[in-house]
Amino acid sequence: MMSPVYGLIYILLAPIAGGLVAGIDRKITARMQGRVGPPLLQPFYDVGKLFEKENLVVTRSQDLYALCYLVFMLVAGALFFAGGDLLLVIFAFTLSHIFLVLGAYASSSPYSFIGAERELIQIIAYEPMIILSAVGMYMVTASFFVSDIVVSSIPIVLYLPGVFIGFLMVLTIKLRKSPFDLSTSHHAHQEIVKGVTTEFTGPNLGKIEIAHWYEYVFLLGFIFLFFAFSIPIALLAIAVAYLLEILIDNTFSRVKWQFTLRSAWIIAGMLGLINLAVLYYLSGGLQA
Amino acid sequence: MTYLKRSPWIIHYDASSCNGCDIEVLACLTPMYDVERFGIVNTGNPKHADIFVVTGSINEQNREVVKNIYEQMPDPKVVVAVGICAASGGVFRECYNVTGGIDKIIPVDVYVPGCAARPESIIDGIVKSLSILEEKRTKMNTPAAKKDALGGGIQ
Repeated sequence: MMSPVYGLIYILLAPIAGGLVAGIDRKITARMQGRVGPPLLQPFYDVGKLFEKENLVVTRSQDLYALCYLVFMLVAGALFFAGGDLLLVIFAFTLSHIFLVLGAYASSSPYSFIGAERELIQIIAYEPMIILSAVGMYMVTASFFVSDIVVSSIPIVLYLPGVFIGFLMVLTIKLRKSPFDLSTSHHAHQEIVKGVTTEFTGPNLGKIEIAHWYEYVFLLGFIFLFFAFSIPIALLAIAVAYLLEILIDNTFSRVKWQFTLRSAWIIAGMLGLINLAVLYYLSGGLQA
Repeated sequence: MTYLKRSPWIIHYDASSCNGCDIEVLACLTPMYDVERFGIVNTGNPKHADIFVVTGSINEQNREVVKNIYEQMPDPKVVVAVGICAASGGVFRECYNVTGGIDKIIPVDVYVPGCAARPESIIDGIVKSLSILEEKRTKMNTPAAKKDALGGGIQ
């Protein structure tokens, strides 16, 4: 059963939760580096400030692309939390990133271009694994609907350990964490300036930041699905997964795009596909 | 309540500085001083920056660059000239190729003295510039300024 109420709750509360997650992230990162770090609410101050700034664009179409990025991220997340079809959710999720890439291409700046190309490579790198995750959940619960998966009492993660590890790997790409922060990064000034977001200023950058917050909550919700049989374990898994991402972010240096693509596909192929093949063999074909 | 003062992002440009001041600017980012406590981030991108931190003096090579970076920054924006070279040209002011301080090319809001300027005084200068930034924002939002900005856009 789809429940639009949860979708609405997501639309209203996800920016708050996502912003807090980003704030905790920055605080923990600072502590790991021996710094005091910014206040917990710093991401909200940043976005508030961005909306106070002048909107400087190269072409007006950037406004549309930034807005579309936010709107489709919202659609993807709202569909997910309303209990919609996982495949449709992934489709909307990918589409939103395509709008970000188009926005970067529209500005015809060399740094934006490099960022856009790297963003496309990242999409190519993580997409197979995310689709495999959806397929794996279908094989276990016989449904692509989030509403069915979330009420199933089967401990999905025990059936899909390989898929889960593969998902954690692409989560690093998706959260734009080092070593896979290729397309835009706070630490790559000399290389790509700000990559895909170089030419977005003020309110447009603010919209992109808010879209990132929605994305955080959506991705953490995806981890929840693997552990949906028990809510406390699921929340613990989300916390541990996110702390692990922060630790990885602070211990690894940025890699080249070739390595990103290769490692993402090899892990998706090795862990994901083999996991699914074993599951298929053991269950004697699809149950549905 | 304004968010601008709580989240100043800077862009740092070395205009013919001897690197003395630049080392001190970077020292502000280290765990010792950690300016991220105040929400200050070194963006490296003029289009995301609120504060333009310049070290060193203007010469024939960087005249256009300084102007270009300043023009790429969205309003409201402030300029902080760090070190005596950025303020007046310092010991290099008589050189054949040196035009003088940063204020020969773009309007400077805060001058941070010193050779090299100490991290404490750089942080102090940036915090001082925040109130100027706020002043510029309120001025930007008056009806007269809005009309002006529109007229400027058409030209």
